[in-house]
Amino acid sequence: MSKAKHFTREYVREEVLPTAFCPGCYNGVVMNALALAFKELGVRGLRNYVFVSGIGCSSWIPSPYIKADSVHTLHGRAVAVATGIKLVRPDLNVVVIAGDGDLAAIGGNHLIHAARRNMDLIVIMVNNLVYGMTRGQQSPTTPHGKVTLTTPYGNFEMPFDIAGLLTHTNANYVARWCVSNFTQLKESIKEVLTKYSRGFRFIEVWAPCITYVVRYEGKTPGEKLKEMREVCVPVSKYEGLSGEEKVKYVAVGVFKKEDKPGFIELYREYVARAGGAHNE
Amino acid sequence: MRKLLLTGNEAVAEGALATGCNFYAGYPITPSSEIMHYMARELPKRGGVFIQSEDELAAINMVIGAALAGARAMTATSGPGFSLMQEGIGYAVMVEAPIVVVDVMRAGPATGQATKPAQGDVMQARWGRHGDQYVVVLAPSNPQEAHDLTIKAFAIAEELRVPVVVLTDEFVGHGREVVEVSEVAEASSRRVEVGPQEAPFYSPDPRKAPPLPPLGAGHYLLVTGSTHNEWGYRDVHRFETHFKLVKRLKDKVWLNKDKLFMYEVVGDEEPEVLFITYGSVARSAKTAVRKLREADVRAKLIRLKTLWPIDVPELRKLGGEPRAVVVPELNLGQLVYDIERAYNPFEVPVVHYGKVGGGIPIYPSELVSKALEVLKK
Repeated sequence: MSKAKHFTREYVREEVLPTAFCPGCYNGVVMNALALAFKELGVRGLRNYVFVSGIGCSSWIPSPYIKADSVHTLHGRAVAVATGIKLVRPDLNVVVIAGDGDLAAIGGNHLIHAARRNMDLIVIMVNNLVYGMTRGQQSPTTPHGKVTLTTPYGNFEMPFDIAGLLTHTNANYVARWCVSNFTQLKESIKEVLTKYSRGFRFIEVWAPCITYVVRYEGKTPGEKLKEMREVCVPVSKYEGLSGEEKVKYVAVGVFKKEDKPGFIELYREYVARAGGAHNE
Repeated sequence: MRKLLLTGNEAVAEGALATGCNFYAGYPITPSSEIMHYMARELPKRGGVFIQSEDELAAINMVIGAALAGARAMTATSGPGFSLMQEGIGYAVMVEAPIVVVDVMRAGPATGQATKPAQGDVMQARWGRHGDQYVVVLAPSNPQEAHDLTIKAFAIAEELRVPVVVLTDEFVGHGREVVEVSEVAEASSRRVEVGPQEAPFYSPDPRKAPPLPPLGAGHYLLVTGSTHNEWGYRDVHRFETHFKLVKRLKDKVWLNKDKLFMYEVVGDEEPEVLFITYGSVARSAKTAVRKLREADVRAKLIRLKTLWPIDVPELRKLGGEPRAVVVPELNLGQLVYDIERAYNPFEVPVVHYGKVGGGIPIYPSELVSKALEVLKK
């Protein structure tokens, strides 16, 4: 009797399995959502994709686990390298997967400027709320009050609302989902690969570090998922909350959805104006 | 071939375009900006990509991404920007991305004197990154050579899959002279992988670079700045993998030093005084050699076009047996340390002559006096 192959295996490098992620790590949920989105779109093999990642646990999702071309860059530089690749090969889908530390702290400037340019990239920010790979220091998205290695008396800084920030840029698509919103996350990924296939598309995935956030809270991955079902509320509901309540909740949903021409199309027009032809 | 009146910066851009450069990312900075202006005007007309980045960190990383995607890519900058690009250059070494970085040196450290020439980035160009890494550094001394060595830089970068730094200075960059411009220059074409059987990060011949596989060809290429094996799989634990990789990255440059070490020699075969220098200062040294010879002092100049790698035995052979060596530089002493290593200080004194700031050059008369002083004439 032949064993049916799990559908995700078409999109992962089987020779590097099992992954190095901690047991229960939500990176698996993100990988699963990606694989299911590809499967439901009928994508056979990822040869038209280049994944670009930075430094951190979630950057290991594409490097080496996803079976596609992948460029694992310096810490923070994924969006810049991805920009270079996309400008030379506009025919390829260039997808950045990296963490909150990588994209919002050390790579923050590249992120906001790629959004301003409406650069034709998909950026998936796996927000685990800390620097997980280096044992759980405070990151720009660490919630207020949280105890981390570098905020041992509780984080007194306020976190960055990255999806909120990017909503106010020229980016075409901005969404945030928690890993508990698996179906919505998967549908968002499908949407940015199909109907909203140009310009800067950003999906933040709220995926608390299983070791340095969830375990430190004394919760199991399952308990945390249940909690997220309560805490992650649609943005419409979130807007109605009082300031004090807002701190306890996470707004999820698609914050912005447009289909303006991205940088590549505008650059093509610019080149035509100069009398040239870009990549023809 | 066209004859144009160009600054060194414009000549760099013309050289790059002649050799097929089709990607430029950069951030404005004095005194290198004219390279960027030229590319901003010319690349769109030719269907290439020009992008002004948000900072130099982005510029160098966009250039690396473009090079990996198949473009002939470059950036240009100056002091502070060059400092920001160092981590990117190190990454380019590790992933073997063929890129060209032009640094038009100005007086530093920090903001220093932004519009004034200097040669203070020699050691930074060579050793500015962390870890064991080797790049090629070329140093043109006039606009014509800025054009020619930029073409050469692309050829070396493509052939060895290594970053090449073109180190000019404000005198060269803003000096305007007649330049013979190539329409189309032969650049050694990149070896692109023909099939997935060839490893992208290993070459059996240590003098050769592995072929660069194209993205999007179904090879499922793995590129990483972490230590990796010949197929790109990360290995951050084993000694063998790391040593083999960094040794190969060094050998690729070092074992080619016979080809990479370029220079010009003028003056007496057997000199009393030998000048060794590079860039704009070499022009003063050339005049000093002529004046000394007119005064019956045997003098010679070795002008280095390549600052790394330096073939030291070759350099000794070129210099003959001088009584003294003078190394003039627009800095407080950088290349001089390499020259000191080449000579026994008990036999041949190696003397540095350096000054920097205010846009004041080293005049030939100063070098003549220095030569007479060290020769005790």
